Amino acid sequence: MIAELLTAAVRVGTPLALAAIGETIVERGGVINLGIEGAMLAGALGAAIGATAAGTGGGIAVALLAGVAASALFAAVAVWARADEIITGTAVTLGMIGLTGIIARRAFGTVGVGLTLPTLAPVAIPGLSRLPLVGDALFNQSPLTYLVYLLVPAASWLLFGSRFGLELRASGESPSSAAAAGVPVRRVRTIAILVGGALAGLAGASLVLAQVGTFTERMTGGRGFIAIAIVILGGRRPGGVAAASLLFGAATAVQYVVQASGSALPYQLWLALPYLLALAVLAISGRSRRI
Amino acid sequence: MTASGAERGRGWRGLLPIIGAFGLGVLLLALFLALAGFDVTAALVALWRGAFGSWSAIASATLVRAVPLILLGLGFTLGVRAGALNIGMEGQFALGAITATAVGVHANGMSPLIAIPMVLAAGAIAGAAWVLLPVVMRLRLGVTEVITTLLLNFLADAAVSYAVLGPLQEPLHIYPQSAGIAAAARLPRLLPGERLHLGLPIVLGVALLLALLLSRTRWGFRLRAVGANPVAARISGGIAASGVFASALLWSGALAGLGGAIEVSGVSFALYPNLSPGYGFTAIAVALLGRLQPLGVVIAGLLFGALEAGAGAMQRDAGIPAVAVQVVEAVAILTLVVLARRERSSS
Repeated sequence: MIAELLTAAVRVGTPLALAAIGETIVERGGVINLGIEGAMLAGALGAAIGATAAGTGGGIAVALLAGVAASALFAAVAVWARADEIITGTAVTLGMIGLTGIIARRAFGTVGVGLTLPTLAPVAIPGLSRLPLVGDALFNQSPLTYLVYLLVPAASWLLFGSRFGLELRASGESPSSAAAAGVPVRRVRTIAILVGGALAGLAGASLVLAQVGTFTERMTGGRGFIAIAIVILGGRRPGGVAAASLLFGAATAVQYVVQASGSALPYQLWLALPYLLALAVLAISGRSRRI
Repeated sequence: MTASGAERGRGWRGLLPIIGAFGLGVLLLALFLALAGFDVTAALVALWRGAFGSWSAIASATLVRAVPLILLGLGFTLGVRAGALNIGMEGQFALGAITATAVGVHANGMSPLIAIPMVLAAGAIAGAAWVLLPVVMRLRLGVTEVITTLLLNFLADAAVSYAVLGPLQEPLHIYPQSAGIAAAARLPRLLPGERLHLGLPIVLGVALLLALLLSRTRWGFRLRAVGANPVAARISGGIAASGVFASALLWSGALAGLGGAIEVSGVSFALYPNLSPGYGFTAIAVALLGRLQPLGVVIAGLLFGALEAGAGAMQRDAGIPAVAVQVVEAVAILTLVVLARRERSSS
């Protein structure tokens, strides 16, 4: 049962990790994007449409573009028109719920897309997937999970090893001194937001193609907001964020295991577990560092 | 987002951005529907008919939908005035509805003069209680209320689901809904044969009261001072910013909870999952469209009430999902938030 829970935790944690690593890059630039919930939803629909037309590869490509488009809207309003970023992010998410609703109804009708959607099957990595306990969980997953493994060092290098990362963190810590030192703050932040949007789009793709297997209205159900809590728990470092995603994946996966085995506690408690965990994390990290 | 941007633009010129933002939203919705290949004329005709097409559309749909939107719009306004963004009104609304139902099902044999105030007060208190944790986390731990109120929406969803399948489930234990509340706990209807109920005059009264409180009392002044600049308010005005912030957010939650109670007591008469089609988020658009002024919020609430009513008709008659109107909300919010920024930087 522990092996099953771990496998489910990694599968459920994958979209969270993709979105949260993206949001980590955004927040390092001093911006918080509540629109990633909308970007993820756009990515989910993009994945369903792209995969129906051109297979899973097409789904991933369209999801990526959809996430970038949604976050470009956020960047245009919050960074370039300098509007309030919380309100802007909320509005982008609302707009994406509406737009995906319209497009999904047109593309799939009232019955939705289910049986016909090609999905990303797990790919076992020879050797590693035979490790006891963790082999299946870590190395017999969809390719998007392996992308997370690559993203952790890549994002760490981007943030802490590259010139762009230096400019981004300077823009986040003190935009005025960064600008005085010649950093194009708005351009740097925009690039970070677009990268974050691309990853949120991939998160949506992972949700549709490797986890749920269909698209439904509002299907992201707050995962983008959970990702924002994960960023805080992970200390805004890609490695920590990936580990925190796994923890939230496990908190979500517990409900499947519990449902299957039967439990005296009401199942809504298990549904609520990831959100309770997020609140607890915020309370604990708030004590040590002001957010 | 401060109150100072909202103070300007009164009078008829203040209406221009409101109509412009709303109109742009409807225009873009039409454009997206056309691009997606829907029959735009049929959609807009259904939208209009559902909102204003008949006396019954106005008195049974538009005005009824406007009631929670105005109330939650006022709640969001109150928070913003003190610099708090309450993104959790959806959850406070749900808790208000749960508590109102729990009280209302036990009100048999009571006088409506007692039962109705009890149900509404229960809802308001529950709404305020649901925002207590975000208030404490913000003031004690420095955690922004934006994320905490947002996360509590999902916990409220789980709480409703638990209530309608557990302690509040109807006696036959078949459907995920509560029993009907007692007749004494139901808000009286105002017009024969129409669904318009006493909630509308209540909400208009709240708006009027809030307008007076904000413009004529010390409390209103402190709220604005803290919202504009908490540090300056404390140092030069001797105002305890945290107390003002807490009271604004708690009252904001109370108004959202009252909204949930009024919805149960005036419209649904029972607790159902998804009682709110996203009122808590639409209310953000309502508050911004109302320029963060109580009377503006009333007008904006009526407009969005019409939109919500029309959305239902559009789904029935033109096969367009009701969530489509959220495009209008999003466009209106984005337009106004950009305009507010412009005004502030040009002054």
